[in-house]
Amino acid sequence: MQLVLFYIFAAVMLSAATMVITARNPVHSALFLVLVFFNAAVLWLMAGAEFLGIALVLVYVGAVMVLFLFVVMMLDINLAPLREGFIRYLPIGAAVAIAMAFEMVAVVTSGNFHLGVGAPGTGPADVNNTKALGTLLYTVYAYPFELAAAVLLVAIIAAILLTLRRRPDTKHQTPGRQVRVRKEDRLRIVRVETEKRG
Amino acid sequence: MITLTDYLVLGAILFSLGVAGIFINRKNVIILLMCIELILLAVNINFIGFSHFLRDLGGQVFVFFILTVAAAESAIGLAILVVLFRNRETINVSDLDTMKG
Repeated sequence: MQLVLFYIFAAVMLSAATMVITARNPVHSALFLVLVFFNAAVLWLMAGAEFLGIALVLVYVGAVMVLFLFVVMMLDINLAPLREGFIRYLPIGAAVAIAMAFEMVAVVTSGNFHLGVGAPGTGPADVNNTKALGTLLYTVYAYPFELAAAVLLVAIIAAILLTLRRRPDTKHQTPGRQVRVRKEDRLRIVRVETEKRG
Repeated sequence: MITLTDYLVLGAILFSLGVAGIFINRKNVIILLMCIELILLAVNINFIGFSHFLRDLGGQVFVFFILTVAAAESAIGLAILVVLFRNRETINVSDLDTMKG
């Protein structure tokens, strides 16, 4: 039963991946990639990686693919020149892919991997996957974890700085000058002669 | 009973599809980025499979880091793409020959 489910999800995933690389419209490609990620998340759940399965849906489908769709829809792309060479490179691409897949499958199925002999499963039985992963991440892998945070921070700053655009005609505040302002710059006391009632 | 071979074969086929996508969509930068995502997903499937069948959580930690780096990569890639489109009005790879490489 589990094997049947595995094959169903794997078949859906591979056909969706094929649609990603052959779809005419990039929006369709992005949506098929969402389908690929959903099926991958289910396969990861079946392999006991519950935290990563949910994280894949939340982070990839929820953030990265939305970013992709955002960019694809925002750019006004003329699709015709981007499709040229598709038919021309299809035979060599298919040949390379089939050769690579054949070689890798031949190696993997040759029986040299006697790794799945024990009963599968990750971690002790009384601790759930999220807790076990979190324990490992915050103890053994604490420094790599902080490095990952630094990578994300650099990515945020780089993405913002790359797309930042200063137009000369926009009006914007400069908080430094606002803070530095003194009373003498703004306020002028005028002595007005009072009129005498005659 | 699912075996480790099933996961490895699935990862191999997905990786090959990603490489084929890079070959046949060589003009469109957006599809190229999506193909890179496919390839990274294939690698992650291998890691998850090995982690499951070797009963070692280290594989899942690696997948965690790969997801982090891949998210950063696609964010910066799309930012570069937006800047590129703003300056050149195109994302066709064959038009991007300023550096004469």
